[in-house]
Amino acid sequence: MEPQANSVRLKTMYEKMVLIRKFEERIIELVQEQGRIPGMQILANGQEAVAVGIIEALKAEDVIVSNHRSHGHLLAKGADPKHLMAEIMGKATGVNKGKSGTLHLAVPEVNALMTSTVVGAGPPLAAGAAFAQQYRNEPNITVVFFGDGAAAEGSVHEAMNLAALWKLPLLFVCENNCWAGAQSYAQHCSVGEIAQRGIAYGMPGEFVDGNDVKKVYALALSMAEYCREGKGPALIEAKTYRMRGHGENDHQHYVDKAELEYWAKKCPIRSLKEKMLKDGIVTENELQAIETKTLAIVAEAVAFGDASPFPLAKEALNDVWA
Amino acid sequence: MAQLSFGQAVNNALDLAMNMDESVFLAGEGVGISIHYDPNMPSHGLLGKYGPKRVKDTPVSEAAIAGLAVGASCMGLRPVVEIMFLPFITLATDMLVNHAGKLQYLSGGKSTFPLTVRVKAGVNFAAGCQHSHNLEAWLAHSPGLKVVFPSTPEDAKGLLLSAIFDPNPVIVIEEMGLYWGKGEVPEGDYRVPLGKARIALPGKDCTLVSYGGATHTAIEAAKILSKENISIEIIDLRTLVPLDRDCLLNSVKKTGRLVVLHDATKFGGFGAEIAAIVAEDAFEFLKAPIKRVAAPDIPVPFSPTQEKFYKPNADMVVDAVKSILN
Ligand SMILES: Cc1ncc(C[n+]2csc(CCOP(=O)(O)OP(=O)(O)O)c2C)c(N)n1
Ligand SMILES: [Mg+2]
Repeated sequence: MEPQANSVRLKTMYEKMVLIRKFEERIIELVQEQGRIPGMQILANGQEAVAVGIIEALKAEDVIVSNHRSHGHLLAKGADPKHLMAEIMGKATGVNKGKSGTLHLAVPEVNALMTSTVVGAGPPLAAGAAFAQQYRNEPNITVVFFGDGAAAEGSVHEAMNLAALWKLPLLFVCENNCWAGAQSYAQHCSVGEIAQRGIAYGMPGEFVDGNDVKKVYALALSMAEYCREGKGPALIEAKTYRMRGHGENDHQHYVDKAELEYWAKKCPIRSLKEKMLKDGIVTENELQAIETKTLAIVAEAVAFGDASPFPLAKEALNDVWA
Repeated sequence: MAQLSFGQAVNNALDLAMNMDESVFLAGEGVGISIHYDPNMPSHGLLGKYGPKRVKDTPVSEAAIAGLAVGASCMGLRPVVEIMFLPFITLATDMLVNHAGKLQYLSGGKSTFPLTVRVKAGVNFAAGCQHSHNLEAWLAHSPGLKVVFPSTPEDAKGLLLSAIFDPNPVIVIEEMGLYWGKGEVPEGDYRVPLGKARIALPGKDCTLVSYGGATHTAIEAAKILSKENISIEIIDLRTLVPLDRDCLLNSVKKTGRLVVLHDATKFGGFGAEIAAIVAEDAFEFLKAPIKRVAAPDIPVPFSPTQEKFYKPNADMVVDAVKSILN
């Protein structure tokens, strides 16, 4: 993979980011059409460049472990939008047969190994996955996505120490979206940059503008390379912003409107689009084609979910044991 | 008396406790500023009223939240901390099980730990098994921890005030789905003693024991059964530890039959303890086998069809009662 995203890759990443955005925008509509989607939806609107930039730098065999805000990670990793949407709708054709819903999506067939909605659970789980890769001398790495809020859980610190001690091929990606629930970063974190904590565990820690997919990609590539070479784990802090509430039932009464406006101007998708247009990498027609294509994928996913049955009640008893 | 929602009743208890006693403080994720702006949320408005010294939003750190309560209570404060959802209490269990429940004993009775942990429970909000998991039997199984699980706004207030001023660690489980439901709540410093069950409905044919949100399922079942002239005595335990054995045994001695209902899974659930106590201490009064109505031994599924299947309902209680009559 080229160290700097070339124009083909930029377009690929753009398309993936648009797909994630459209997929989640459709979820917002479905939430508003009462009863179309069960439960609370937690969306990564505004954070698409982190998921896409990191995962674009990985190989298909590399493994990811995700958290409650997972749709973008999973789509970027190649999960089928139809079966993902069906799961979110609680249908039998969903990736997890309706057992999970939005919060704990596992798509192991694309190496999206597992997702935990228990904040901070991802890093130790990912250490286990990375240990298996190391144990079997695989040339693959594990990437774990966790939030700025999660960085306060003891489990994250334990995993960092263990991974560094055993030189596990594990890339920690802290998606700092400035919020943990209704607590702002400054209200919950003792240091200015979580990336600084790398040094405490003896691993490289780098900070990156998480709304600039090109920068995220370049950093992810070099950090993934470091992990792959057996040098041990690495930590990326990607600074971005949670444009919607924590979940779709959160109307952001505690968020400063000026801050929202500031970050709206830094939309990762729009800024990439403008840059590509300016650099002559993409034409308006191509952009339109991407828009049409992704909307069709999302429409197909929703139609698939709609047409799918709910699982039988009794099937709830299955899958507890192997 | 005032008409308050369950959430407002909890809020009222917290407010009164903070007002009465300077050593009471709140801590937890979002107890000050919450994503919800809703007066039915238990700590709504308290940050504004008591300020950030006494209403502390914490990082996402359950072990530290619980440990904070243990340490501060040993120093003589009365912490009231919140763990957001019951499954996340697993992250706090070292502090609660190995410390809150044991340190007084280990000190030979010298130290006390007057702390309260509030935690939300519920199995019907389509969040799946990492948010919905009734672990009360785990907690009740640990010596040194009191466990409270109210079902009405009145009890929510009265039990919480007792919990806060109890000299022991108390875990108060709040059924989230009840937060918006209203009821009569006594004003002022109203306390419901820990360890006293409530006869939610007097009856003669069968004792139906429940607690928390499941009490409402029990009431629904009793209504259905009353149409067939079957009279159910519902015991709402209110406190699992300490347990009101007298209330339980007296009722069974009167009715001769027992059904236990809870939303938690059946195997090793709290219902097993109730059944065992009755089998040990009131066997000769039983006219029929004891029945348990509980969730199947699986994690809570997400899909609405399956979540509904998981949660014990009134029809299941009706069937259980009928199966032991005659
Ligand atoms: C152990 C645990 N505690 C609390 C929660 C409730 N909760 C869900 S997300 C969240 C905030 C997490 O913030 P962050 O890690 O920054 O992720 P973000 O939501 O911003 O993506 C909290 C407190 C949880 N799911 N798990
Ligand atoms: Mg965050």
